[in-house]
Amino acid sequence: MTLETGYGVPTVAVHTDKFDKVVRSVAEVNGMPGLRQVFVPQPIMGKTPAELRAYVDGRDPLTGRPVMQEVLEGLTRPFEADELGPAEFDRTTPPLVEGASEDALHRLFLEQRWTDMLPIVLPTEARVAEMLAHTRRKPDELVGRMRSTHFREHWAYSVEKVAVNAVMAGARPEYFPVILALAATGVTARSSSSSAMAAMAVVNGPVRHEIGMNAGTGAMGPYNHANATIGRAYGLLSQNGQGGSVPGLSYMGNQGNNYAYNSVTFAENEERSPWEPFHVQHGRRPDESAVSVFSGVRSTSFTLGLRETYWREHVRNLLRGIDPNGPPTLLLDPIAARQFVTRGGFTTKAALIDWLHDNARMPAGEYWDYQLVQNYIYPRATFGEEPWASKLAAAPDVSIPMFRREDIHVVVVGGETNGYWRIMGCNYQKTVSVDDWR
Amino acid sequence: MATLRVLNPVGFPPKVTRKVPAPRLDTLEGKTVYLVDCRFDDSDVFLGQMQAWFAEHLPGVRAVVKRINNVYLHDDPTTWEEIKSRGHAAILGVGH
Repeated sequence: MTLETGYGVPTVAVHTDKFDKVVRSVAEVNGMPGLRQVFVPQPIMGKTPAELRAYVDGRDPLTGRPVMQEVLEGLTRPFEADELGPAEFDRTTPPLVEGASEDALHRLFLEQRWTDMLPIVLPTEARVAEMLAHTRRKPDELVGRMRSTHFREHWAYSVEKVAVNAVMAGARPEYFPVILALAATGVTARSSSSSAMAAMAVVNGPVRHEIGMNAGTGAMGPYNHANATIGRAYGLLSQNGQGGSVPGLSYMGNQGNNYAYNSVTFAENEERSPWEPFHVQHGRRPDESAVSVFSGVRSTSFTLGLRETYWREHVRNLLRGIDPNGPPTLLLDPIAARQFVTRGGFTTKAALIDWLHDNARMPAGEYWDYQLVQNYIYPRATFGEEPWASKLAAAPDVSIPMFRREDIHVVVVGGETNGYWRIMGCNYQKTVSVDDWR
Repeated sequence: MATLRVLNPVGFPPKVTRKVPAPRLDTLEGKTVYLVDCRFDDSDVFLGQMQAWFAEHLPGVRAVVKRINNVYLHDDPTTWEEIKSRGHAAILGVGH
């Protein structure tokens, strides 16, 4: 679209057929519904040159017409007036929804795909008003904007819209400042990435105790009302605030992700941690309340404790088990955290992160051959961006770090029923004040 | 029957304004067509095959394979300027 409208170059976009609805939708909401698009079978990845030549010589699986005929026509056939779409259109929906009964409204919310397919609490005016009473912010104040993918348009949401989704999730009004802070990150918990991302949210500071969040036993499971419903509200706000998360249209995660049900939302166990809290590492005072969000949550590896002789090898093995494009965030039970202190001498999180960076390694040739490294890191390396440019200069058999130091993180959570710990492959995004949203 | 009212959870969309596409070409003969590799999965292999198709079926069309300069998530004005100044049309691939 940029080439067409910004540079005046006639263009045809070729996609695989699984993406027909999403790319047509993206073209429409960008004001070019008639954008010339041609489809070939999915997948491209892993096919031989001969197989891909057959795609070129073959037919568009959606129209049945020869692919190259469509390509050539797309560049030479003038647009008809009805292909250009309306001069302008608005998709704003009414602020209120009506139904003959509660059952009818529940059905409507399901049919509109405004839920996560679990039962919701209907957002009546009284319930939403009660939620709104727990912030000094005005209902019509805009909190932020989100979109499901880079190619889509941002949608905006107000304090009231966040409150509506918080009610739907079953959140108590006293949780509302945390939910507003999550909304203010602008980081969606409903990415449409075909890699099936989820989000993760870590709460720090006094608010953890004020609203009864769990940082101990079962903190990441369905055992605490605040953890469960704050994370669920973040997900519902994301899908509704950004204008949808519908498989095939605005959600393309190939397998889906169970973490998305409550966006792995928990409190850090600051009291039992041997290190400074996560929000303090990121510029907040210990007596401030804040929430930190991570995106791209997909992979998990785990083990029990740190063995005296081979703990280094065991940790290296765990690190090698995650994709290089999904850097590690260690979620350590306090028992495991203290073992990192006693076994490794890591008296700060920074020291542990240094060790992790230096020990998560693989041969350069192996690293650069990862598909996601090719897709997302290799182009940046070729443009001279460090540290990847230096890694690219390494010979294939030279051992190189798998991750950037700044992408590795450590959070302490768990109830010390044992020393199990895990690594989440994910990307830290930002830390936002909860106090600003009280 | 009484009607129940609740609040709508959906955010505020931006207004969509029509954009006008570039004029189409009368013919591709004698023209340069850029095959733009978006660096997604094995797009480069696919576009190489499309380039071969042009050589076999439309030898009067100069088909140039060009990789974007960065990840597809970033705008690439350098490449777009090159296509505008040296080319006449573009084929982008492959969105997956």
